[in-house]
Amino acid sequence: MKKLLTGNEAIARGAWEAGVVVCTAYPGTPSTEITENAAKYDEMYAEWSPNEKVALEVGLGASIAGGRALVSMKHVGVNVAADPLFTLSYTGVNAGLVLVSADDPGMHSSQNEQDNRHFGRAAKIPVLEPADSQEAKDFTKLAFDISEMFDTPVMLRTTTRVAHSQSLVELADREEKETKEYQKNPSKYVMIPANARHRHVVVEDRLIKLKDYAESTDLNRVEWNDTKMGVITSGVTYQYVKEALPEVSILKLGMTFPLPRKMIIDFADKVDQLYIVEELEPFIEEYVTSWGLDVHGKDTFPLIGELLPETIASKMVQTFGDCSPRETTEPNQLQYEVPPRPPVLCPGCPHRGLFYVLNKLKVTVAGDIGCYTLGCLAPLKAIDTTICMGASIGTAIGMEKAKGKDFARNLVAVIGDSTFIHSGITALVDVVYNKATTTTIILDNRITAMTGHQHNPTTGFTVKGEPTKEIDLILLAKAVGVERVQVVDPFELDELEKIVREELAAEEPSVIITQRNCALIDKSRNSPYIVSAAACTGCLRCLKLGCPCIAKEGKKVRINLAQCVGCGLCATVCPSEAIRKEGGAND
Amino acid sequence: MTDITNILIVGVGGQGTILASRVLAGAVQMTGQDVKVSEIHGMAQRGGSVVTQVRYGKEVASPIIPEGEADIILAFEKLEALRWLPYLKKDGSILINDQRIDPMPVVVGTAQYPSDVLDIIKKERKEVFIINGLGKAVEAGNGKAVNVVLLGLLARYLKIDKQTWLDVIRETVPSKLLEVNLKAFEAGWNSFDR
Repeated sequence: MKKLLTGNEAIARGAWEAGVVVCTAYPGTPSTEITENAAKYDEMYAEWSPNEKVALEVGLGASIAGGRALVSMKHVGVNVAADPLFTLSYTGVNAGLVLVSADDPGMHSSQNEQDNRHFGRAAKIPVLEPADSQEAKDFTKLAFDISEMFDTPVMLRTTTRVAHSQSLVELADREEKETKEYQKNPSKYVMIPANARHRHVVVEDRLIKLKDYAESTDLNRVEWNDTKMGVITSGVTYQYVKEALPEVSILKLGMTFPLPRKMIIDFADKVDQLYIVEELEPFIEEYVTSWGLDVHGKDTFPLIGELLPETIASKMVQTFGDCSPRETTEPNQLQYEVPPRPPVLCPGCPHRGLFYVLNKLKVTVAGDIGCYTLGCLAPLKAIDTTICMGASIGTAIGMEKAKGKDFARNLVAVIGDSTFIHSGITALVDVVYNKATTTTIILDNRITAMTGHQHNPTTGFTVKGEPTKEIDLILLAKAVGVERVQVVDPFELDELEKIVREELAAEEPSVIITQRNCALIDKSRNSPYIVSAAACTGCLRCLKLGCPCIAKEGKKVRINLAQCVGCGLCATVCPSEAIRKEGGAND
Repeated sequence: MTDITNILIVGVGGQGTILASRVLAGAVQMTGQDVKVSEIHGMAQRGGSVVTQVRYGKEVASPIIPEGEADIILAFEKLEALRWLPYLKKDGSILINDQRIDPMPVVVGTAQYPSDVLDIIKKERKEVFIINGLGKAVEAGNGKAVNVVLLGLLARYLKIDKQTWLDVIRETVPSKLLEVNLKAFEAGWNSFDR
């Protein structure tokens, strides 16, 4: 039976069919749904790990002990997991271990658009790239076989368009596997220098064997057509080439590290003109040109952003002329201006109150990754920096050390509950240890909201929905040595402002925990608020909240009743008491 | 691959475009055709402009629709209809929910919401269907079912057997919301009037 699945659902299914017993991850677009779906299978243990490094470490533990393990993360997550990854390449595995790196060309929801095939090459592990959901499932299963065949972790690299696109997938049954026998083997698994030196030799030897494998595996295949032009491509880009240029010959690479050198040279020999079409980096191209072949790649196609079928066709026509692209329609550009629609904090979002206060106090804010990053946008404009998961607190420490304590009196770090657990804790330890006075605000909305409401160690539930011990952020902050810890409801604006002022003034480390449920999980929906036109003076202070429900109408404001969740923050900031609970319609 | 039907579903994050695209893809699958769906989420969930793309036919390669090649756009919001209009073929059809949701730049007064969105679209394309989706969803019992109202309209337009749609909705929608959604679908189905 064929089922319509996203690439992420297909990877979870592939892991299940491959007899995987442990699935770990930290949520991150576009990888999140792999683990959400893996958690639905009873035969597999699944967890949200505190961060990607831990996720990989749990996976490698399972693998060394003898159970197949799938570890998933977004591209930037691999940066966090890189430390164990590079050494894991040396130890190899026992049962299969597959690391999914979900890259995000075009940065639909990311802070950069790195190409993680480079990580595969740098760690010297094989990289597989599926082109649709069927391949996502098939390659996942094959990746486990390759992992065991060559005693190596394997990277399965997807991109947003593979991860989040749905296509038809033929399902199969689970291959139940006995977990492999565990044998103590320190020379393989204890990477003291003496052992690691031997293992590096093994890694290089393995790479030679993998190169041979790349020449013969079905993962790489040629689709012969007109030989005037040959295209080498991988991943979803293969589908774009098929669509844009139905008459060219294609070398489709399912394995992009190591590359099948003989196969590529042979393909190049048989076509008049060779093109490499790949998203982001010239990864394949650099190898191919180093072998002395004459190719067109990044001289023709963009290095930045997603590739599109129409871009491929038009660039090809420009440089080659006769490549018989499929007929396309010329899009007609609109002559009208359409205002942009940037994402915003939701109606009732608990972060709104905090950012309103920080904006009002004109505080310098070192920000972090999560929904609350949207606090950087107008009208709140309350965030100065956003670098990576967990960077806010360290950034604030650096600012203070460079500019002094006076600067720190007007400086805070903001970080979400999940992000704080991910990699904020260590920087908070640094605040205390290295005598900074930084005020850290933990925006505790009781869930990992940005990626779609995943549990984390502060929520009291696992990915399977089982109750578990809940981390107490107050005790945790005190345990690392912060003596000033205050908890406040971010919608109690006066109280919040008072506390922020107190902690900014205090010349010692402090933590403020702003605590209120994410508006999207808060079931206690109140009746909406309305504006009394008679009482509204048109001061527009409520618009500074950036609430999508409040709009300007003439000189006054109006609340969209269908969207308003009744948080009442607007009533709190209204100086003329013109906003009140609904009794009738807007008057 | 010229026999591919391309449908773009556009709207504002939170309006339920993704569920609608999944039901559409499910219905298409039941007709035995190849189908691919592409959706972008993450940041876009938070009230941003969202688009999902559904392509079906004998064989579909790319999951995304080239600009200017959509046969149909189903728009959940007026301004989004205008934003994505260049994706619609010259002779394509656009089905629009007559609802206005102000983007933040409009809310804070740094941009204008064009007052004549529907007129502009009517001038650009011949087949324009406009429906009060929100009103019909409220009538059906829940304003949130506006996505299924619009799906009903699209369903009638696509001429895929009605029972197929109902079967997929039964499979997709949580049981406690099923009755409202079936009513909403019916309302959309009945609003088709050429």
